[in-house]
Formats: sequence, structure tokens, C-alpha cells
Amino acid sequence: MQVLKAVITAAGPDQDRLPLQRFVDLDGSEKSALQIVMEEVLAAGVEQIGLVIRPGDQPLYREAAGDNANLVHWIEQPEPRGYGEALYRAAAFVGDDPFVHLVSDHLYISHQPQRCARQLVRTAQATGTAVSAVQPTREAMLPYYGAVGGRLLAGRADLYEVEQVLEKPTPTQAEQQLIVPGLRASHYLCLFGMHVLTPTVMEILGSLVRQASEEPVMLSPALQILAGRERYLALILEGARYNIGVKYGSLIAQLALTLNGADREEVLAQLVELLAARYQGIA
Amino acid sequence: MTHALIRIITSDAAEVRDRSLESFCRGASAEALFEACRELDHFRRHCDNLYQRVRSLFFLSAIYRYHLPERLGDVPARVPYEGFQQLLNRRFEEAIGRFLEAQRKGGPSDTIASALAAAYRELGFQTLANQVRHSVRSTRGNQWMFRTGHPTDHPLRIVPQLKQADPATSLFPVLWQRNPVRMDLSHSGWSDIFFLGMDFPEGARVLNVSVDLGVRGRDATPEPPIEVFLRVIDQPVLRLVSLDLDALADVSSLAEVFDFARDYLGLLKAGLIAAGLIPSGMEGAQQPLPEVLNQLVGPGLGLELVTRVNGIPKGSRLAVSTNLLAAIISVAMRATGQIAGLTGGLSESERRTVAARAILGEWLGGSGGGWQDSGGVWPGIKMIQGAAAQPGDPEWDISRGRLLPQHRLYDPSEVSPETRQTLCDSLVLVHGGMAQNVGPILEMVTEKYLLRNESEWQARQRAIRLLDQIDQHLRQGQIRQLAKTTRENFFGPLQAIIPWASNLYTETLITRIGQQFGDSFWGFLMLGGMSGGGMGFFFDPACRTAAETALQELLAQTKQELQDALPFAMEPVVYNFRINDQGTWTELLDQDRALMPLSYYALLAPRWLRQEFHTLPAGRRAELLQFTARCRHDPRMSGAASLLFSRLFPQAAPQETGHQKELDQLLQENGFDLELHEQIRRDMLAGRISLAQNRLPVSTVIEDVRPGDVVDGVTREDAHARELGTAALQDGQAAVVTLAAGAGSRWTQGAGVVKALHPFCRFDGDYRNFIEVHLAKSRRTGRRFESDVPHVITTSYLTHAPIAAFVTGRAAAEQARLYLSRGRSVGLRMIPTTRDLRFAWEEMPQQILDEQAQKMRESLHAALIHWAENRGGGNDYTDNLPLQCLHPVGHWFEIANLLRNGTLNRMLQQRPQLRYLLLHNIDTLGACLDPQLLGLHIRNGNCLTFEVIGRRIEDQGGGLARINGQVRLVESLAIPHEEDEFRLTYYNSMTTWIDIDRLLDVFDLSRTQLADPDRVTRQVRRLSQRMPTYLTLKEVKKRWGHGQEDIYPVAQFEKLWGDMSGLADVGCQFVWVPRRRGQQLKDPAQLDAWLRDGSADYIDSLCDWS
Repeated sequence: MQVLKAVITAAGPDQDRLPLQRFVDLDGSEKSALQIVMEEVLAAGVEQIGLVIRPGDQPLYREAAGDNANLVHWIEQPEPRGYGEALYRAAAFVGDDPFVHLVSDHLYISHQPQRCARQLVRTAQATGTAVSAVQPTREAMLPYYGAVGGRLLAGRADLYEVEQVLEKPTPTQAEQQLIVPGLRASHYLCLFGMHVLTPTVMEILGSLVRQASEEPVMLSPALQILAGRERYLALILEGARYNIGVKYGSLIAQLALTLNGADREEVLAQLVELLAARYQGIA
Repeated sequence: MTHALIRIITSDAAEVRDRSLESFCRGASAEALFEACRELDHFRRHCDNLYQRVRSLFFLSAIYRYHLPERLGDVPARVPYEGFQQLLNRRFEEAIGRFLEAQRKGGPSDTIASALAAAYRELGFQTLANQVRHSVRSTRGNQWMFRTGHPTDHPLRIVPQLKQADPATSLFPVLWQRNPVRMDLSHSGWSDIFFLGMDFPEGARVLNVSVDLGVRGRDATPEPPIEVFLRVIDQPVLRLVSLDLDALADVSSLAEVFDFARDYLGLLKAGLIAAGLIPSGMEGAQQPLPEVLNQLVGPGLGLELVTRVNGIPKGSRLAVSTNLLAAIISVAMRATGQIAGLTGGLSESERRTVAARAILGEWLGGSGGGWQDSGGVWPGIKMIQGAAAQPGDPEWDISRGRLLPQHRLYDPSEVSPETRQTLCDSLVLVHGGMAQNVGPILEMVTEKYLLRNESEWQARQRAIRLLDQIDQHLRQGQIRQLAKTTRENFFGPLQAIIPWASNLYTETLITRIGQQFGDSFWGFLMLGGMSGGGMGFFFDPACRTAAETALQELLAQTKQELQDALPFAMEPVVYNFRINDQGTWTELLDQDRALMPLSYYALLAPRWLRQEFHTLPAGRRAELLQFTARCRHDPRMSGAASLLFSRLFPQAAPQETGHQKELDQLLQENGFDLELHEQIRRDMLAGRISLAQNRLPVSTVIEDVRPGDVVDGVTREDAHARELGTAALQDGQAAVVTLAAGAGSRWTQGAGVVKALHPFCRFDGDYRNFIEVHLAKSRRTGRRFESDVPHVITTSYLTHAPIAAFVTGRAAAEQARLYLSRGRSVGLRMIPTTRDLRFAWEEMPQQILDEQAQKMRESLHAALIHWAENRGGGNDYTDNLPLQCLHPVGHWFEIANLLRNGTLNRMLQQRPQLRYLLLHNIDTLGACLDPQLLGLHIRNGNCLTFEVIGRRIEDQGGGLARINGQVRLVESLAIPHEEDEFRLTYYNSMTTWIDIDRLLDVFDLSRTQLADPDRVTRQVRRLSQRMPTYLTLKEVKKRWGHGQEDIYPVAQFEKLWGDMSGLADVGCQFVWVPRRRGQQLKDPAQLDAWLRDGSADYIDSLCDWS
């Protein structure tokens, strides 16, 4: 399996143009979130990127994409009909090829030399299957993520065959349906916002879109169907994701980039100064 | 070699496993039984398998309770106090160790056997309860709730649809759920008890039907009786409202959520907890509730939960409370996305989750029904059956069955629509009005199942076969045959397993209906744990309407006849019902429909109107406007105005005024001494009379009696005494005095019925009450000694009229021997002081309950202390029916009243040869005119001879002691250190032989002076002043609403007969008598053991039923 295409979704009505926000990246240079995400997939070997946006957003996003704008296929989602429908808009762009998919409001930091998307793509290439990145997550965070259940592959401590996918499950559902051996109590494998998917997903999404009337189409149900149709894996990535769309999300993401990047010492020193000033204030 | 009983317990082969304990014990010697106990005790300590452990515990308990005592005979001994304390504190293993040590050191005895039996039994039930708790907690889907302890970890969120207020009306949408209740069409021998289903899943089956209900004459059509409404509100509180109980609370702290008995909203709280909205793990957390609500609902928001059961009375045996709990749980689960759809029905897996959570909720609330009770969550007719445990189940390798059963719905091809209609047309459901506690019945069933007693095990097999027949008849549409089979089940296996499932009321109804309707009366169906409450009568559909009318009249008439003898909570009700084919069903009320039911506004409007409109929260203002608009335009709200008006301006309650008048009259008629009452009140408030003051000074030396202090009336045959007694009996010198003035508080938990008239057991084929038993003994004595035995029954304000009516119906010859001695003294109950309540609940030894039940009790005690504080300790208790506000003043006065009311004088005039009285409590069934005991009394020549018995662990209340060197009876109320009671070998049976003339001497009266009422009154008062007065706390029931009952503690005072033994100038003798003669029946829960251990047969042998 060769993964040369990526689809990034940035059309969510609640995203509020988050991908246009600017951050200081690991290398100390200032970039938009979109640029950082695009660099993530390009580092994984991708050559073309399909970017799903809201109508009218292209000029802003083109500017935010910077030097890589020329690699982008612009795809619009006319109506906000759900995350799954947004992805399905890229069906023509994807064609019969596997693709890597990322959301545009998450930033990823790898804990090993290979970037997160690269780890995922390599696994997909090795297994020839769809793979979603997952992360063991406390059940208190279940209201924010999709989650998977499955069984560990023989000889692997980080790779699971997915049997069940639920979107923002309640802990009751998670406990009953998302049984994962080897995880700590009250932890579940939550989706990381990063997938390598096969064209089958587009077929499934197509059929869900056709069946749906008004209600939004989500990705998790399509992934649940995918697990029933073909082998579908979940990989615990050695890395962390940062949702810039939640309260203090951008701040935490920036701190994470900085503390893992070139300006670590400088920012740490300033933080210590800040803390010391506060301490003096209290004293 | 493995012991035979252990082989029975561990065998995989049903024919071995199902052997009874009896089969082993029948021919075994005492030594063989002790050997079996040693083996079983060793086995249960090392066995990993839950049910093997539990069964060996019940075997041990039964051997010590039923099989060893008869082989040991009466041997006086004492219970080690430390062991008793450990038993109270649920440290059963230590208690068993202590009792076994006492047995080793002091030798076996009935006393220690009783202690071991109790400890093993309790440990058996505790082990079973622990397993149910473990299974409930470890059921997948429930576990997370026990580990979520902090608000920020709360993983649930209210779904967005419920948080969006309608822009036009500003109202949040309301989730409205309706639930049917469940009817058990089969009653397969209480096989839905968790313990039974988990050990015998193949035999645990019920045919369960979801039904809608209406009350005949009140509701036009049957509807799902349970309704639950849930919505978001703009205040950070949990607002809980029960429309049936008129109860409302804005819960604003986590501690309050877990305080179940604080108000009438415990079930609602348990439902929200079991649904995970407030996870169990948060119990004891210090964070504010708004922090939890902030996470769950959103900043500044809260939830409102409103419930209604359409006035369906409590005790319907249709599992109303479990289905209400399940409804609360499912609506709360929908609101948090734990159930996929916000509206409509449930999937099978969702129903199972709700049922599992309902079990959890019941456990939280300290209650527990059977596993079929949440059957209303499912639609239509279904077979519910135990399921074998599988690998991966929490029960695997622990028990044979799972906690949760399987439900198999019957589709129309299996039970046709015509059959369903015929079932509805032929079956009349009723609530007979009786209030009973089925808890002891469920324990009896569990115990009997584990022991596999032969007759009961055969009965269970028969019940299983009858269920197959019922199922078959249903599938074939043969409702008449089905009815015949349910009737056969009731009169056959059910009563063979639990004789107490039936009662005189039920059987009178069945007989009368049979007489009235002949072949058109098809059969009877018992619902739930026992009959008398919810019941079913099958009729030919052609005469259904007539049958309903007749039943309504018959129920009322029979209740009227028996209401003094049996506890009724309410007037009987006939229901309309229909099968519900939806099960749980939910709708979303939004936009201008987003309102609560009318009764909600009737409850809350008066509170709102006490506030300025502009000070109400915005949401309330919007709601009021919408409600007002709806009242104006919606014809369905036409009753709103008058309902609101009656709520806002409540009429004077004529009933209450009537009650006060009746109470005043009763006090006047029954010799109420206002001066004494005020003195007692002053003493009580000043602390001169209190529970603590009941006690003798701490310096009192309390010792056990010595050899020679007690005459042996058990093992010693005394021919001379027997001759003396026989001659006296033949000469008509003795009479019996049965004390029947008391309220029998423990018998019905303060229901205020006449215990003496309670038809508690069948003898010679008929239900007999206590008085009938005592009269039958006197009849036999009379025949045996060819003498006329006079029999006095003492009565009181509460018991006189019903007993007099009962006596009127007796044969003339018996009436000629009978004397009713009416009480001349009465007290007015008082609100207890918080000091006494705390003393009773915190200072006195208390049986600690299982974890959740104990929490419930502590919560209830806190609520009752709050009640007493609010009502004012020492104030008169008048907030109940007048008869429930009065109290008898102790049995000392019952003897004094014999003198005051002229009964003794009359007897002596008519029977001058009369010299002796045998005085006994109504519940001392073995007391009778025994010639040897009478002879001992005559020969001794003392005024009083008190009968005492060897003590068992359940015998608490005092005993025979040396008090500062004087041999006398002492009440436990008066013993300064609890442990002192456990040094006393003998328990007071209260049965007393009285020498009439010597008693008159004590009163300083003569036979002739009995005709002088003033002197008698003076002398009685003089002696009464020498008798100690005890303050006691008693339970009294207050009934309200639809079959609701509250139990309150009330303070009253008493003077007790046993204290006569403390008067220096009263000559007393004490005689040790056989246990069966002196034991008392205080609690209906004792009945089964009393029947099984041969006590009932013994009593029967004393009686002449001709």
C-alpha cells in the first residue's frame, strides 16, 4: 500500500477558522496551524492534499497554507452536514487510492524521531490495511472523542484489530462494548484525529450520505461499518495530540510545541520568571 | 472420607445435590450432628465456591436451630455477651468463634445452639448479599459509576437537545416517559429471588405481563401508571418532585443526594444515582453539587425530575416502585446519551442495562425485590428465566446462574391477540388493602430452598410443572384452565412452601366469591410475595361487570369484618387493566408542549405565589406565562382552575376536627388522668423520666440466681405437687387471665390492630387467633379435670370492642365461663425527646444492618430526630387517628383493673371456691393450667409464682436475677449495663400463678372490700405509687395517601407486672418451665421457625378444638 494522498477537513461550523491561527512551531518559526498539519502529512510521504473547507474560505486558507498551497486540491462542503459528509466530499480526489486523513484543529507532537503521521502511514503500508491512530484516554474525556474497542494483535503491544467504533460513547456504552485487553482501568482507546483509510470508507460514507436526510453524517459509524467489512487496525502512537478548539487549547498546544522545540530553554526561563514574580507578589 | 452432608453440597449430580438436610438428620444422634457441624464448619471456612459455602452455613444454622435442641433438651446456659455484641456488629465469624468456644467450655445447650443458629444464618445471608452486591457492581456498564469520585471526572453530559430552550417560549424541552407495571401470571414459587436464580437458573422462571392500570370508578381507561418527566432548569440544583407523595426538594449538595430517608424522595435519588447522573463513587465527596451539575448539564443549570404513579396504591404487588425506579433510570440514561434514542422504546440490550441498574438502585435504597420486577420495561407477555453463568460473567465460577435473567417475548403467533383479550376480559385485579412486610417471606424461601426440605422441595418441583401447564394453557388460549392452574398453585405448592402466603382474609374472599359465582368463578391468582394486597380473580368474561361490582362490595365488607384483626393500610381497590405492548416509552415535549402535568402546577403554584413575580427565576416566569396561556385555551386543562383554587385555599379539614373530638372523648371514657399526664410530661422534660432514668443505679449488684433460687419444673416430676394441683383444678379453684390489652406493637409495627384477634395460624384446618388458642386450652383443661375453667381476657380502649364482638359469637357455655376485664387506664402518647431518641439509637445496643440498609436507617433516624425537634419533645402526639394516639399503660394495670372494674369481685361472687389465677401474655401460647405447676404454687404458699425459661439469644427484655441480693425479675430497661442481662440464665415468661387472697393482702383489701369501688381505687393507687414507671419508645404507624405508611417513634409510660417481684412484702417463687410452655410469639417473622421446630404441634396438643 502506498499512501500519497491526504485529506484534511477544515469545514466544521464550530471550527471558527482555527486552522488559520498562528503558532511558533518546533523549529522556532511562526506558522499557521494549517501549515503545521500539512507539514505533518507531507513528512509522511504524501504528495497531494485535499483540503475540505467552507464556501468562500479559500483565499484565507490559501494564504495560511503558505508555500505548500500549490499541493492543495480545494474542496468545498456547501452545507455543514457533518464530519463524515465533509470527508466524503473528497471522494473524487481520493479515487481508488488509500489516503491519510487529519483534522485541521489538532496539532501533533511525536515522542520519537518519526512524526506521528509517518508512524501511522508506515504501519498502514506494512499491514496493507486501514489504520486509525488512537490514544489511551481516561473515561472522563469520552464526551470529546470517538473510541474503539478490539483485540491486541499477537506479538504487538500497540496495534489492535478494531471490532467496535463509537462516537463520543457514554461510559456505560464504553464499558459494555469497548473492551480492550491490556488497558488500565477506566481507560479507552480514543481516536487521535489521524487515520489512514482505504477507498472502502468513501463507499461507506457515500451510502450513509445517501441514506441520511437532514441529520449530519459522522465518520465513526462509517468506521464501525468498515471494521465489519475489512481488516481495520488501531495504532497507539508514540505522540500526543492537542485540540486547539477547546478552552486554553491553543495555549496548551503552543506550550507543548515550545517545550518540545528549539526555544525550550528561553521559554522555560520566562516561565520561571513569571512564576517567581507571582510568588513574590504573594509573599 | 468426605462427610455425607458435604457430598450433598458439592455433588454435581442433581439427585445427590437435591437431598435434604432432614434426610440426614432424621436418624442421627446428637453426637453425629455435632460431628456434622464440625465437618461443615471446617468445609465452609475453606471452600471457595459461594453457594457451597452458603449452603453449608444454612445447614449449620438449621442443625443448631431445628435438630439439636430436641436432642439436647432444656439445659440452662448463658450467651457470651462478647459474642452477642459481635453478632450485633455483623462480625459473624468472630461471634461464631466465641459461641463455639462457649460450647466447648460449658458443654452444648439449647442456649448456645440458638446463638450459633442465628450467627450462621446471618452469615449465610450476608454472604449472599455480598455476592449480589459484587455482581451488581461488576456488571459491565455499572463499574464506572463506582470509580468516578470527582466532578471533573464526570464522563456524562446531558444531550444538547435538552439544553436548548425554545426561542419562542423560553422553555426547555421535557422528556416524558411512561412505563407499565408488571403482573406475574405464574407465581413460580418466588423463583425470581436473586439467590435462587443464581443457584438454580433452570428452575427460576416466571410468566410476566406488562400492564396498564386504572382504578375502577376513577379512571376512564387503563393507562401506563408510571410517568417520569425530566428537564433542564436554569438553577444549579437537582429539583426532585413526587406528585403522588406531595413531596418536593431542591437538592443542592452531594450529601443530600445520598441521604435517602431524609424525605419521601429516596427512590428518585436512588434512580439518579443508579443512572450515573450522580455516580455512586461521589458518595462522601466534598465538592459542591453545582460543580457536578456544571460538568453534567452546564454552567448555572440543573435538572428537574418529576414522578407520578397515578395514585396506584402501595403494596399492589405489581412492582410499582421497581418500575418507577427503572423508569427514572431509563429517562436519565436517555438524557445523557446512555440510551441511543431520545424518544420511543428501548433495544433489548438497553432494557437489560436498565434492569441491571434498577437492581443497583434497589440495593442503594436498601430494598430489594425479585429479578422479574422491572418486567414493565419490556413490552407485552414474556417468559423470564434464569440464565446459566458463562465464562467472562462476573458470576462465572462463583454461582451456577447469572444475576440477570433472560427475557423471551411472546409474539402473537405464540399467544394470540384473542387470548390476550380473553385474559384481560376474565381477570379482575384488585388491591385487597392489606399492608404486609414480605421481607421475611423472601428469606424463608431462600432458606428452604437451600435446605431442600423434602415437602417444600417437592412443592417447588410441582410449581415448576404447574408453570409449564400455565404456559401451555396461555399458548392454547385456555384461560379457564389457566385460572384453575393458578388456583391449584396457590392452594398447593405455594402454601406448602410458605404457609404464611395465605391468610383468613384471602381465603374468605375466595370462598365467598366461589359461593356467589359458582362455575363462573374460574380461579385465583396470588400476586407478589403474599396475598391480601394485590390479587387476581378470574371469571367467565360474560359476567365480568357483575364480578367487578361484587368483588368491590365483598372486599369492602370482608375488610370491615377483619380490620380489627389484620393490618389494612387502605380501602380495597378494583383495577381496570390492559396488556401494554410497548414497555418503556418516551416522548419529547417541546415548544408550547414543554410543560409538566397539571398536578405539578397545583403542587408548586402556592409556593410561587408567595413570591413576587419578578423575583422568580426567568425560566419559572416563562413557564408560568405558558401555563396560564394553556389553561385559557386548552380544554384538557379545564380542571386547572378549581384544582389550583383548592390548593391555594385549603378547606378546613373536617376529619381533623372530628379526630380531636373523638380523641377527647376516648380520653374521657378510658380514665385518662390529666394530672398524672402533666406530671409525666414535666418529669420527662426535666430529665427525671427518661430511657436513661429507667435504669437502676449503676452501683446495683446484679447477679445470676443460685441453685435453690429456682424450682425445677422441667426435669423433676413432683407427684405430690401434681396431686395438689389436680385436686384444686377439679375443685374449680383456678382461673386463667389472658392479657390482651396491649397494642402488640412489634406484631404489626404499630398498626394498631388487635393482636389477640389475629388469625395467625391454622389449627385443626381453620385459621385461629390467639384468643381461640387460649380458650381451646381452657376447654381442654375443663374436660380433663371435669371442671368449669373460668377465663378472663383483659382488654383496653383499643381491644375491648373488637374482643367483645368476637366473644359474642362464641357458644353460650363458653360465654358463661368468659369474663372481659376492661381497662380503666389510658395514656396519651407524646413526641419523644431527642435525648431519648439518641439514647435509644446511639447508646443502646443495636443490630447493625447490611451496608446500605444501615445507611438508610441512619438517615431515617436523623430525619426522625429532626421531626421530634420540630414537633417538640414532650408535646402530645395527636397527629394520627385517635386510637393511635393513646397507649395502654402497662400490664401491671391490667391486674389492678381486674380489681377496679369489679371483674374479680364478680368472679368471686359467682365462684367463691376460686383461689388461684394463672396470668399470661397473649402471645405465650404454651401457658395452661398445668396441675404440677399449680401444685408447686399451692404448696409454696407464696403470693406469686413466676415461670421462667432457659434463655435463647433472641430472648431479650430482662430475666431472673439477684438484685443486691434479692431474687426478683428485672426488666432489661432497668439493667444499667447491657452485659449484665447476659449473665442471667433465665428469661421471664411473664406467666404468673397468683394466690388471690394473698394478692388482695398486698393491696390491703379483702374479698368483701372488693365491692367497695372507692376503697379499691384508693388501694390500687397506693400500690401503684410503689411501682416503678418506665418510659418506653414504641412504634406507631401513620397511614396516608394511597396505602402509604410512616412509622414514628412515640414516647409512653408503663408500669410492669414483673416488678411485683421486687416488692419486699410480696412472697414470690420462681419456677423453671419447659421452653415450649414459656416462649412467646412477638413477631410474625418467628412463625415459620415456630411451625418447623414443632412448637405449633405442641400447642395443638394442648388444645381442644371441639
